[in-house]
Amino acid sequence: MTVAQAQTTNGIASTDERALVNRLLAGDEAAFTYVVERYHGPLIRFALLFVATRAVAEEVVQDTWVAVLHGLPAFEGRSALKSWIFGILANRAKTRAVREKRTIAFSELSAPGDEDEPAVDPDRFTSAGGWSAPPGRWEQDTPEKLLLHRESLAVIEKAMAALPASQRAVVTLRDVEGLDAAEVCNVLDVSETNQRVLLHRGRSKVRAALERYMAES
Amino acid sequence: MLTCKELAALVTDYLEGRQSFLERMRFELHLGMCRHCRAYLQQMRTTIDTLGNLPEESIPPEMSKQLLDRFRDWKR
Ligand SMILES: [Zn+2]
Repeated sequence: MTVAQAQTTNGIASTDERALVNRLLAGDEAAFTYVVERYHGPLIRFALLFVATRAVAEEVVQDTWVAVLHGLPAFEGRSALKSWIFGILANRAKTRAVREKRTIAFSELSAPGDEDEPAVDPDRFTSAGGWSAPPGRWEQDTPEKLLLHRESLAVIEKAMAALPASQRAVVTLRDVEGLDAAEVCNVLDVSETNQRVLLHRGRSKVRAALERYMAES
Repeated sequence: MLTCKELAALVTDYLEGRQSFLERMRFELHLGMCRHCRAYLQQMRTTIDTLGNLPEESIPPEMSKQLLDRFRDWKR
């Protein structure tokens, strides 16, 4: 996907979505191919939050598509299609993660820890709380400019990979996939407050990584 | 008066619209007077926008075909 074709927040509008679901129920192959192509990448990315290997992630995504087909006749359109599919995947991936004993990583979802984890290195401020090392203007100051460079993309991927699992999950769903706060709380089974704390900590670290990269280049 | 350090801690609450009217006023008052914090907020926005535009991998053709076969079975 190119930058120009970026996904819109919350996917397609709900009337279009209803029409799409109706086409799927009617067995429209073009509609099915469209949905599969549109959501495959995001689903793989999401599955990789829970399971250890790419092979398992692909398996979970395949299973999810089968479950989506089974569940489609009962899909009531009360949530966006995308977050409904993500919810199905989350259930499957979590079951898989339990089997692989990887659930501890997600304990932060219910308890993000109250230890102070500042968004910005405290050394950047004076004792009075003003900037001593203020942030500057980035040379690559738009997504288009940033994503033109393979290095900056690698910096982002690396920073995301370094996040604690629960922060990575929230940032992925909110900022990368464009789900709204309520949808993320629902899909990840996390409270509104914890969702916001995890989002804040996670995206702050990605910003810090980009700032370091921008200072070096 | 909000300090820069305090503002940095509140950026997500601000962007999420989770502040009271007064909190928002304080935040925006500081922003209006502090170009460093404006730069910081801009960096956060650029980060978030960039995360929303990461390239997405496409589905391997053989998997797409397999799924379409499943879909055809499901139709029947
Ligand atoms: Zn300031």
